[in-house]
Amino acid sequence: MKKLINKPEDVVTEALHGLAEAHADLVRVQFNPNVIVRADAPVQGKVGLVSGGGSGHEPMHGGFVGLGMLDAACPGEVFTSPTPDQMLDATKAVNGGAGVLHIVKNYTGDVMNFEMAAELAGGENIQVEAVVIDDDVAVQDSLYTAGRRGVGTTVLAEKICGAAAEQGRNLAEVAELCRKVNANGRSMGMALTSCIVPAAGKPTFELGDDEMEIGIGIHGEPGRERMKLAPAAEIVEKLAVPIIEDLPFEQGDQVLAFVNGMGGTPLIELYVVYNDLNRLLGERGITITRNLIGPYITSLEMAGCSITLLKMDEELTRLWDAPVKTAGLRWAA
Amino acid sequence: MVDVAESEKASGRMSLGHDDVLRWIRVFAAEVEANKEQLTSLDSAIGDGDHGINMERGMSAVLVKVDAAGEEQDIGALLKTVGMTLVSTVGGAGGPLYGTLFLQMGTVLTGRAELGPDDWAAALDAAITGVQGRGKAEPGDKTMIDALIPGRDALKAALAEGATFEQALRQSADAAGQGMRDTIPLVARKGRASYLGERSAGHQDPGATSSHLLLEAAADAWGRPEQAG
Repeated sequence: MKKLINKPEDVVTEALHGLAEAHADLVRVQFNPNVIVRADAPVQGKVGLVSGGGSGHEPMHGGFVGLGMLDAACPGEVFTSPTPDQMLDATKAVNGGAGVLHIVKNYTGDVMNFEMAAELAGGENIQVEAVVIDDDVAVQDSLYTAGRRGVGTTVLAEKICGAAAEQGRNLAEVAELCRKVNANGRSMGMALTSCIVPAAGKPTFELGDDEMEIGIGIHGEPGRERMKLAPAAEIVEKLAVPIIEDLPFEQGDQVLAFVNGMGGTPLIELYVVYNDLNRLLGERGITITRNLIGPYITSLEMAGCSITLLKMDEELTRLWDAPVKTAGLRWAA
Repeated sequence: MVDVAESEKASGRMSLGHDDVLRWIRVFAAEVEANKEQLTSLDSAIGDGDHGINMERGMSAVLVKVDAAGEEQDIGALLKTVGMTLVSTVGGAGGPLYGTLFLQMGTVLTGRAELGPDDWAAALDAAITGVQGRGKAEPGDKTMIDALIPGRDALKAALAEGATFEQALRQSADAAGQGMRDTIPLVARKGRASYLGERSAGHQDPGATSSHLLLEAAADAWGRPEQAG
């Protein structure tokens, strides 16, 4: 294992200290239980947005805490859900009297821990709503699985709902908006290489030098198929076509195209992917009106990418364009 | 509650006390530590490869907590302490599930200083109900309860046939072990393993494996030789 770390068991804590010191203007970090909170929390009268999940996906979620996005993030151990006491502390810290929205990625552990946290928060008379993001088309959604995984759409939902909360929408409205984003967003990812959880010390899965995994999850969960490496244009087709057919996205649709790096893929390759995606969508009469390109929901050092398409309307576009100031995403009005 | 005197007569042995329950927790922690690599590698095959790491971290925290709590607690309070500690330290799916398991056992045994065979059966009933409520799993979904349910059922069957508590615990652990091995051909329907569909068949479930360790630890900790006379 070659990693820029001190001790495997200290990675999460030391990274949180680094985040706290680097972005003291945006966030404060509390330890045991670990919570990243917006510096000016709680914002009175504003719906609080809390998300969280295993570490190893940076900048998600801690890098998205700040003006116009999340009010708090709960970082778990690497690839491990955070715990209810973290989520309860985060919920209390951001409750400005207007209630708190939990944005939960659909993983069994995350869902169960957030459920326990919501029960505890309810016991303390804090109004909590939870929306589960499940946008990964690589996974069959049926009674016989845990349902689709939550991936790229989570980033977009956090940005859009954060803007809505900032504009003073109430808890029911922000939750409804979050469900709308989830309903209109679809994603799929692929891996060129595996990744190494620091505490495990060895690759999560084995992938041959000439192989790739299509439909990979953000923790290295297997996807739809393992196949020989192919040119980017073919990979884009393998990801984009199932996404397009699933919603479905149709001729005349306007979309936000999010080309995400898994952590180990350089930006130049993500732009190659974006170019192929733009052409493929153009051929089908689908117009990209907004885009996001870069590593935003990563899987440690895994090489690969994911594509997320979100069907846009005037409301979502306006909220997407609203100002945001976080460590991982920022733009002015 | 059950007729403790009657069940003691049937089992031919005394009830267990706070220290015995604590010994079970310690044996389980030692088993988790000893099998950390196996649990993690089973989880790598069909999950996300952290079950052994997470359970070991949780049980280490439990040992610190119960040592600090001393012997002041009744059995129910001790088990609730174990449950709350797991909920706040394990994370993943294992935290809420094992946390709920111990919390539910603790609730059934609230205020109790002793635990007899039928109390243990009642505790396992509560644990299984709690785990199923939290995780929504049914038997055959390739989860923890595929070890816990056969373990509980074998315990009750053995006690009903007049076995001693020690014999019943051994049969319970063995049945849990069989249930664990029986998860190998199953297709997972819950948790991350369910994403694999048919590809999850052929692998033993890590949750069923740690649940087998839990009942094996009970048989080891409480399965002392019969006292003469």
